[in-house]
Amino acid sequence: MNIHEYQAKELLSQYGVATPTGKVAFREDEAHQIAKDLNVERFVVKAQIHAGGRGKGGGVKLATTLDEVKRIASEILGMILVTHQTGPEGKLVQKVLVEEASEIEKELYLGMVIDRSREQIVIMASREGGMEIEEVAKKHPAKITREYVNPTIGLLPYQCRKIAYFLGLEGKSVNKAVKFISGLYQLFTEKDCSLAEINPLILTKSGDVFALDAKMNFDDNALFRHTDIEKLHDPSEEDPTELEAKKWGISYVKLDGNIGCLVNGAGLAMSTMDIIKHHGGEPANFLDVGGGANTEQVTQAFKMILSDPNVKAIFVNIFGGIMKCDTIAEGIITAAKEVGINVPLVVRLEGTNVELGRKMLSQSGLNIITGADMREAAKKVVESTQAG
Amino acid sequence: MSILVNKNTKVIVQGITGSAGLFHATQCREYGTKVVGGVTPGKGGTEVEGFPVFDTVAAAVKKTGANTSLIFVPAPFAMDSMVEAIDAGIDLVICITEGVPTQDMIRVKEYMKGKKARLVGPNCPGVMTPGEAKVGIMPGYIHTPGRIGIISRSGTLTYEAVWQLSNLGIGQSTCVGIGGDPIIGSTFIDILKLFEKDKDTDAVVMIGEIGGSAEEEAAEFIKSHMSKPVVAFIAGATAPKGKRMGHAGAIISGSSGSAKDKVAALERAGVRVCPSPAEMGETLKEAIG
Repeated sequence: MNIHEYQAKELLSQYGVATPTGKVAFREDEAHQIAKDLNVERFVVKAQIHAGGRGKGGGVKLATTLDEVKRIASEILGMILVTHQTGPEGKLVQKVLVEEASEIEKELYLGMVIDRSREQIVIMASREGGMEIEEVAKKHPAKITREYVNPTIGLLPYQCRKIAYFLGLEGKSVNKAVKFISGLYQLFTEKDCSLAEINPLILTKSGDVFALDAKMNFDDNALFRHTDIEKLHDPSEEDPTELEAKKWGISYVKLDGNIGCLVNGAGLAMSTMDIIKHHGGEPANFLDVGGGANTEQVTQAFKMILSDPNVKAIFVNIFGGIMKCDTIAEGIITAAKEVGINVPLVVRLEGTNVELGRKMLSQSGLNIITGADMREAAKKVVESTQAG
Repeated sequence: MSILVNKNTKVIVQGITGSAGLFHATQCREYGTKVVGGVTPGKGGTEVEGFPVFDTVAAAVKKTGANTSLIFVPAPFAMDSMVEAIDAGIDLVICITEGVPTQDMIRVKEYMKGKKARLVGPNCPGVMTPGEAKVGIMPGYIHTPGRIGIISRSGTLTYEAVWQLSNLGIGQSTCVGIGGDPIIGSTFIDILKLFEKDKDTDAVVMIGEIGGSAEEEAAEFIKSHMSKPVVAFIAGATAPKGKRMGHAGAIISGSSGSAKDKVAALERAGVRVCPSPAEMGETLKEAIG
C-alpha cells in the first residue's frame, strides 16, 4: 500500500525524523491559512498524488507571499498532473502540501528496502540526491553505499555513522543523520514498511538534515496489525476496478489489450497473458479468481472483464485442482446468463470432474468455444479477435 | 527415492481443526500419506476425522514421531507456528498459508540459521512425491510416479506442468512448490541441490516468474553445479512494471525482476526455456531425448 508524501512526513515526525514544517490543504483558502500559520518567508506548494516526477510536471512550486501560495494552490488543486509515473492520462490533484521552503546546501539520497536475496533490510545512500537511484546504480555504482541490517541485533549507530560519512556529512550534521536514519529504521520495522525512500534527503545551510520528499510503501500482508496505517489508504489513487476486485478476493490488473482473461491461480493467470501474446494477441487484464472461487466470484469476474470497453473476446483458463470443473462450469453458465456475454468466449477446462464440466458447458446453449488445451484455446481466442 | 517426502514421511497438520486444515489433512491421508495427527492449541486430547489433536507441536512429535509439519494457520499466526515446529524438532516444515508479512519471514529465516529444519513456503501448494506422499493442497490424481523433478513459485502453473508431463507419459520424482512470496523458506537453489543429488531424478522443470532475482541466482548455480538437464518457464513476460501480479513476490520493481532478464540468464546457463507455457512438457521431452 502506498501513502502520500504528507502522510509519510507526519509518520516520520512521530519517529523523530526531521522534515520541513508544513501541512496538507484540500482548498486554496486552507493553503493560505497554513502558510500564514507557518510564519516564514518562503513557501513550497506540492501536489499530493501517488507518483514521482511531480516537480517536472508542474506540481511543485515556490512562493514568497501568502497570496502567491493561494494562487499556486488554486492552480495545482484540480489539475491533471502528468508525470513519467502517472502514464499519459495523468492524475487529478485533490490536495497540496504547503511547507516552509528549505535552504538547501546539498541534496542526498536515502532509501530502505527489503533485499529479497539477502533476506534482510538494506539501507542505500548516495550523494546523488534528486536522481533516481536505479539510474545512479547503473551509471555510477560506486556512488551508492549499502548497509544490511541483521534482524536480531537491528540497525546499529556505527552503521548510521558510516552512511553519514559516506554522504560527506560533518560535525553535528553526522549526529543529526544518525538520529534521522535510526528513526526511519524504527518506523520501517514497527510499521512493516516495504519501501521508504527519502529523495532528496537534504543538508540545510544551517547543518540540519531533513526529508525534503518522502515515499513510503507498506506490506499489504501486515496491514492487519497496523490499522493506523490502513486508514491512510487513499482509494482515489487506485484503479476503481482493481479496488472492486479486491473486495471480492479477486486479483485484477488492467492492461491495454483486447482479450479478457479469467484464470485460477496467479502463475497460471500470468502465463495465460503470456500465451495470448505468444500467439499474436494482446491481453486486456490479469485476473486470478483464487483457488476456491464460487459462482458469485466468477460472475463478478466476468462483470469486471466486460466493464473494459476494449475487450473483444474472453479467455477462461481453469486448472481445477481442489476446485472442481463442474463448479466452475456452473459459475460460467450462471455468469454468462446474468451478465450477458456478447463477445466470443473461449473456455479451457482441465482437472477434477472435467468431463462433467465440459458437458455442462456444451449443453448450456451458450455460444462457448472450447479448447482442448492451453495452446489450442489461446489460438482460438486470438483468432476470434482477428476475424472480427 | 525422491526428495523431501516419501512413504515413510509422518505428517502433522498445524491448524487441523480449521476448514482448510481438516479438508487437506483428509485429502493427504486418502492419497496414502501418513498423516499422524494435528495441532490446535486448546483442543489437545480431542480427535477430528480420526486424527488425534495436540495442544503443541512438541506433544504431537513426542506421541506420534512426526518429522514433517504442514501449516494451515491464518497468516497472523504463521510465524509462531513455523518457529514452534522448528523448535519441536520437525525436519521439514511446509507452510501453505498465504499472506505472511515479509518482515516475519526475515525473522524466521534468521532464526533458522544453523538449525537442521528445512522450510518450504509460505504461500505454496506443498510437496508431492507421486505414489508415495502428498503433503500439500495439489490434486493428487494428475501426478504420475517417475523421474522428473519440478520446482515452482506458482501453484496452478505447477499442476499445468505436471499434467503436460503426465499426458506425455513422463512421471515425476517429486514436485516442490516453493511459494510466491518475496522471502521463502527454500529457494530454487536449495531444491536444485537436492534434485542434483537424488539418484532417481533425471531432469528438472523449473517454473519461475517475475519479481526478485531468484531465477538469475538459480541460473548461476545451474551453470556451475547441475549435471542434470534443466528446463524452465518464466511467467509474466507480458506483466507491466510496478504492478503486483497476484503473488506478493511477483512484481517488477524498477529495472529488476523482468521475465526477459530471467530468460536471458537461464539461457546463458544452458537451460532450455519454454517459449510458451503450453510447451513445458514437450520441451522437457526434447531435453531428455
